[in-house]
Amino acid sequence: MRLIINGESREVGAATLAALLVELDYEGGWLATALNGEVVPARERDTCRIADGDRIEILSPMKGG
Amino acid sequence: MLELYGQTFSSRLLLGTALYPSPAIMADAIKAARSEIVTVSLRRETAGGKTGGQFWSLIQSIGVRVLPNTAGCHSVKEAVTTAQMAREVFATNWIKLEVIGNHDTLQPDVFGLVEAARILSEDGFEVFPYTTDDLVVAERLLEAGCKLLMPWCAPIGSARGPQNADALRSLRGHFPDVPLIVDAGIGRPSHAAAVMELGYDAVLLNTAVAKSGDPVAMAGAFAKAVKAGREAFLAGPLEPRDMAVPSTPVIGMAAFS
Repeated sequence: MRLIINGESREVGAATLAALLVELDYEGGWLATALNGEVVPARERDTCRIADGDRIEILSPMKGG
Repeated sequence: MLELYGQTFSSRLLLGTALYPSPAIMADAIKAARSEIVTVSLRRETAGGKTGGQFWSLIQSIGVRVLPNTAGCHSVKEAVTTAQMAREVFATNWIKLEVIGNHDTLQPDVFGLVEAARILSEDGFEVFPYTTDDLVVAERLLEAGCKLLMPWCAPIGSARGPQNADALRSLRGHFPDVPLIVDAGIGRPSHAAAVMELGYDAVLLNTAVAKSGDPVAMAGAFAKAVKAGREAFLAGPLEPRDMAVPSTPVIGMAAFS
């Protein structure tokens, strides 16, 4: 299925948000995720189902002022 | 001591972590500034990327408290969602709330700011609102749940220093017990000293240190200026006078004619 991940269209096979992070080689406890504009806490990624056309944001700490 | 949401700090200089020539120089500048609080942000991580993890490890190794921001957010929804994600990643209820209203001046959308501040305060956040020096907006932010205020003194990154000292003085006078932090617009240590002399509780700056010729040395200079300004405020500076007043005693002067 096709998802919009961090603004870019990607073809993926994962069925949950947790599986998606593994499939895309994301790792680390410092990531924050959102599905269609709503925050998905780390503990809910295992049960968070994703569907074709979903918009997903994967963020991490960055310098800032 | 500076008290922010029940936490006490000896440093009154909050530092941003962006725009430094290198991560090592950033770390040294934070140490030279003796800052105990630094601002950070959240950005998109590329697939397989470890950029965020490396940055976060470095910040944690310095041992400072982090104040995540919502920089770049132009809507209430964006700012609230970013704050919620920051709370998850950085494990803090603190949020430097920015809702930007204008691309050119980066001035806050104060209407969206008040709305977002209310939503986040009700959700348990401890909000550090980046606001203008407008007194009524300040009142609304306090009503919305903010326990401190962070007015600008000039546009972000402009290095212009205090553009409206009267407004800053007015805020200080109206809210004697609310922590006030000047956030944005400071260019030089003398600017920082000037707002501290007005009785501001702290300053938050980034570009003035990071983009200077020697960020580590400049961080040290700002630390001294903030301390000097604070001590001067506590010591009670003189008010300006229209006319000269002799400092040497007049009584006892010799007469030669």
